[in-house]
Amino acid sequence: MAAELRLGGAALILALLFSISSHCWLLTASSSSQDLQILNAERRIDLNSHIVKVFLTLKIENTGTSPVSEVLLAFPPTDIDRLALVKAAVTAGKRKKKTYLPLDVKPTEIPDAPNGAKFFSISLLNPLGKDENATLEVLYVLTHSLEPFPMEISQPESQLVYYRDSALLLSPYYVKQQTTFIKTPSTKVESFTRLESTNRVGTELKYGPYTNRAPYSFSPIIVHFENNNPFAVVEELVREVEISHWGNLQITEHYKLVHAGARHKGVFSRVEYQSRPAFSGVSSFRKILARLPPRVHSVYYRDDIGNISSSHLRTDYQKSELEIEPRYPLFGGWKATFVIGYGLPLQDFLFESSDGRRYLNFSFGCPLADTVVDKLTIKVVLPEGSKEPYVVTPFPVEQHLETKYSYLDVVGRTVVVLEKKNVVPEHGSPFQVYYNFKPIFMLAEPLMLAVAFFLFFVASIAYMHIDLTLSK
Amino acid sequence: MVGKPQPEPVNGSAKSGPSQSHLAPSSSTLKPDLLSNFSLKSLKLKTKQQELLIRIAILCLVYILAFITRLFSVLRYESMIHEFDPYFNYRTTLFLTQKGFYEFWNWFDSESWYPLGRIIGGTLYPGLMVTAALIYWSLRFLRFAVHIREVCVLTAPFFASNTTLVAYFFGKEIWDSGAGLVAAALIAICPGYISRSVAGSYDNEGVAIFALLLTFYLFVKAVNTGSLAWALASAFGYFYMVSAWGGYVFIINLIPLYVLVLLVTGRYSMRLYVAYNCMYVLGMLLAMQIRFVGFQHVQSGEHMAAMGVFFLIQVFYFLDWVKHLLSDAKLFQAFLRITVTSAIGVGGIALGLGMASGYISPWTGRFYSLLDPTYAKDHIPIIASVSEHQPTAWSSFMFDFHILLFLFPAGLYFCFKRLSDATIFIVMYGLTSMYFAGVMVRLILVATPAVCLISAIAVSATIKNLTQVVRSNNKVPQAGSSKGTGSSKGSSKVSIDQSQPFQRNGAIALLLGAFYLLSKYATHCTWVTSEAYSSPSIVLAARGAHGNRVIFDDYREAYFWLRQNTPPDAKVMSWWDYGYQITAMGNRTVIVDNNTWNNTHIATVGHAMSSYEDEAYDIMRSLDVDYVLVVFGGVTGYSSDDINKFLWMVRIGGGVFPVIKEPDYLVNGEYRVDKGAAPKMLNCLMYKLSYYRFGELTTEYGKPPGYDRARGVEIGNKDIKLEYLEEAFTTSNWIVRIYKVKPPKNRW
Repeated sequence: MAAELRLGGAALILALLFSISSHCWLLTASSSSQDLQILNAERRIDLNSHIVKVFLTLKIENTGTSPVSEVLLAFPPTDIDRLALVKAAVTAGKRKKKTYLPLDVKPTEIPDAPNGAKFFSISLLNPLGKDENATLEVLYVLTHSLEPFPMEISQPESQLVYYRDSALLLSPYYVKQQTTFIKTPSTKVESFTRLESTNRVGTELKYGPYTNRAPYSFSPIIVHFENNNPFAVVEELVREVEISHWGNLQITEHYKLVHAGARHKGVFSRVEYQSRPAFSGVSSFRKILARLPPRVHSVYYRDDIGNISSSHLRTDYQKSELEIEPRYPLFGGWKATFVIGYGLPLQDFLFESSDGRRYLNFSFGCPLADTVVDKLTIKVVLPEGSKEPYVVTPFPVEQHLETKYSYLDVVGRTVVVLEKKNVVPEHGSPFQVYYNFKPIFMLAEPLMLAVAFFLFFVASIAYMHIDLTLSK
Repeated sequence: MVGKPQPEPVNGSAKSGPSQSHLAPSSSTLKPDLLSNFSLKSLKLKTKQQELLIRIAILCLVYILAFITRLFSVLRYESMIHEFDPYFNYRTTLFLTQKGFYEFWNWFDSESWYPLGRIIGGTLYPGLMVTAALIYWSLRFLRFAVHIREVCVLTAPFFASNTTLVAYFFGKEIWDSGAGLVAAALIAICPGYISRSVAGSYDNEGVAIFALLLTFYLFVKAVNTGSLAWALASAFGYFYMVSAWGGYVFIINLIPLYVLVLLVTGRYSMRLYVAYNCMYVLGMLLAMQIRFVGFQHVQSGEHMAAMGVFFLIQVFYFLDWVKHLLSDAKLFQAFLRITVTSAIGVGGIALGLGMASGYISPWTGRFYSLLDPTYAKDHIPIIASVSEHQPTAWSSFMFDFHILLFLFPAGLYFCFKRLSDATIFIVMYGLTSMYFAGVMVRLILVATPAVCLISAIAVSATIKNLTQVVRSNNKVPQAGSSKGTGSSKGSSKVSIDQSQPFQRNGAIALLLGAFYLLSKYATHCTWVTSEAYSSPSIVLAARGAHGNRVIFDDYREAYFWLRQNTPPDAKVMSWWDYGYQITAMGNRTVIVDNNTWNNTHIATVGHAMSSYEDEAYDIMRSLDVDYVLVVFGGVTGYSSDDINKFLWMVRIGGGVFPVIKEPDYLVNGEYRVDKGAAPKMLNCLMYKLSYYRFGELTTEYGKPPGYDRARGVEIGNKDIKLEYLEEAFTTSNWIVRIYKVKPPKNRW
């Protein structure tokens, strides 16, 4: 299971300089941290896209006497705002029969953590007894962690970014052995911090192995490399899911897309862009892929000033792919807002639970591939007359209710609003909205129309038969 | 509404059956007609009701037809606003629906005419926006979750449908209900009207033609009945027209002219007196409520005719009264002479004083250019530069009216044959508007209702006569054999029939011919609508090499780029054609726009475009310009681009800044862009901005690089360097190019 940290706290402006001196961990030592030690830590940092994925394999051992059921992960405070997701799993079995059992991860507060470090705690399935060890697999995803440098580039230049991290794993535990691998998208690496036992082969940088490091060890590194992958960030996404019990699920998605890479500076030359695509505007992008559910219909793609004609839809039984092109190629800092709408067959998403309630099962997250959503709002518009909505999400989100008036509504439709910040493609798991609905409400609007027409005809008949002239 | 006695004895169905016996319509002429009559009888419908049913059914069909024939562009492209001016109307409507009426009325728009700005509430005709907003609000109230854009797109077709209803009642008023139906059908699909009322052409004319025809109809109704209520209604119709379109000047001049003609031809009556006075006084007072019009009704030369006629009709009334009192004819003649002389004298002196003191403003240039087609060309290049202000070619008359062009004189003949107050009106409306349609292409629109109505009279009268002949011939043998009820009528027909033995066949042939012509009209109208009048001109469509449809959406690409990627307070300089679109779609401040109220400002932009880059830079700095937008068709072969409009920029710029001289840009009076072009042309800002780095591009296979497809030449200056501007954006087909004005260099 994944846990999520609320971005409630004040902005932490801290220059991180963790000393490796021993008094540090002595001051902050908590009861459980001394019992555990990390035998081996392997970090693989994937810098291929602008979403940084870190795969961490921890082999932990309980050296204390009492059983331990929680393992802490530490993060520097600057990373905490960028941290989109933390997932952990415990491995069981050997090589071929290896299975992963997901573990519960939630943010915790540790009193007097050094320099404002933030923690997540992983709850183990079975408490770790004395001298037992376990292997944990942790995945965490960071967004907005690649800082373009130079900040502004012109059209022929390619985009260089900084990645800052520590060569040593930040951990409240004693680490016996650790290695960090950093994978860059290409071999073009301008510079990187050289420490003892630093090695670079092809697209991979290796820091380590380092042995016997004290808790809260930190050794800042910086990697400056080329990354021309699209830095597609959706600043704000509003997804509206409207349920009609007549058989349709209408989705409307409002996007505010921005290229969050190095800002474009100076001239945009169309002739360069057209004639030398390999050398001109390499960090820009013109196409984005949206993965939609299968059997999608009535797809549209437009913006405030009308339809955008450059899009392609491919459908098959498994999935639908909508390839959208904004009106213009997106260079660094350029923005595009647009709306995608589509209809889906209701029976694929709406089910009846055993207690007679209906529930919508729909995927959270953004359909655009490889994008970060800074702020995602999902509005589930329930049909008129629905009662007692209840939401089940795989991770905590903010929610509240609204009312919306659509065609021929009298009392308005209940809208369940779910809001979440910093959403990455890994968040695309389904959520459920339960509600009560009586099918008789489906007939309300057709009946209203029928009555209106009936009254109109009655009025016409009456008019034809009434003589209103005063003088005969 | 039914059973108005027809002035002429026509076939039995129109002469409605008496209401006392509803089982058997006693109009015996109808009875033996057709077998189907029995089935109708079994439905127990009276003849009157049958006729009503048929008429309402036809009207409903015409109503729907008028709406759907205007939807080609929505089906072929999308629900979008077309052209240039509608974008301004759309933007203001959006503002009105978002901020409310008072904010709208007091709106000072700083986004246009930078740095002057524009007082929107005081410089526009709000009728269209208020109408659309009211429709929008009422639909919202009824819980129809429509978007304001859809309301705006469909406003013009909706009002076109309403116009057909007005045309029906108008036709009924001046001729009979048959002519009304034909008029409704003709106007529903007449290309002259469709050209301004397709879905998406959200312009003042869309509702104004409805208001115009409604005002005329109500006025004619008022004159016919002498009813104060109808006159009041026509005053309100006039108010709506004034609020909707500047073309109201046509009404306020045509109606006095009509009244004058009636006075001169001795058709003065109390009905006319009531109708005109009520309509003029109330209409004038109501019109003054529109801020853009204000006190023009009493201050501007264009409105003085109405006032003169108003006083004249009072003199008439006075004379009538005096004549009634005086029994002596000779005395009255003397009195008449004195009164008329002094009235004309006082009027003349008042007008002269008004003009001399400047209280009454002289006629505006636009008004002059209507009366004298050559005026604009010599004096106001900005009016002459607009293509829809050009004199009309014969072909466009044919294109827009088709058979109506031939039916129009025939209709006039019928009108003159049965002269009445109403037919005099329609004749005058037809003739004057036809003259104006000849002066300016866009005024074909004003002529269209008149042409349709007069043609409808021709069609209706002809077909009615012919069917009468055919039916009476049908009847004669039957009448001889079975019944002798239609005795007097039948015998008269028999006598005609005997004199012309082939009359019936001839009539059938003529009827078929008429139907052929009318069906041709319908096909022509549909074709014209679909081919010529249904393209939004924002999105361009072309046929690709394999016959597939290629869409050039460059305008919106550029405007959206401006909207998203420039600072919100950026000022964009472009030729005035694109001003409204940039403010509406790009949401950025423009220097000049399609509301061409300040000629100097436009001339300044023209001056900048036709100067060398360094001179232009000074002008642009003084106007605080951040971006320059030019439209260029050299890659796609799109011919209405800025290079082709450039001579107008030179002329308009040169009209105010004599430094700019047209001959500098021409070679032997010829306008060229290739190697032989004038040196000033090859180095002016517009040329540089259009062709910057175009010399590196191969546009067509087998042609040298830098081949301009819109003009079919290789450009003359391929090595263009820009010193003060830099390319900021060029759309995918190069149709719109945007340049950024560089900040001034540091001196040290």
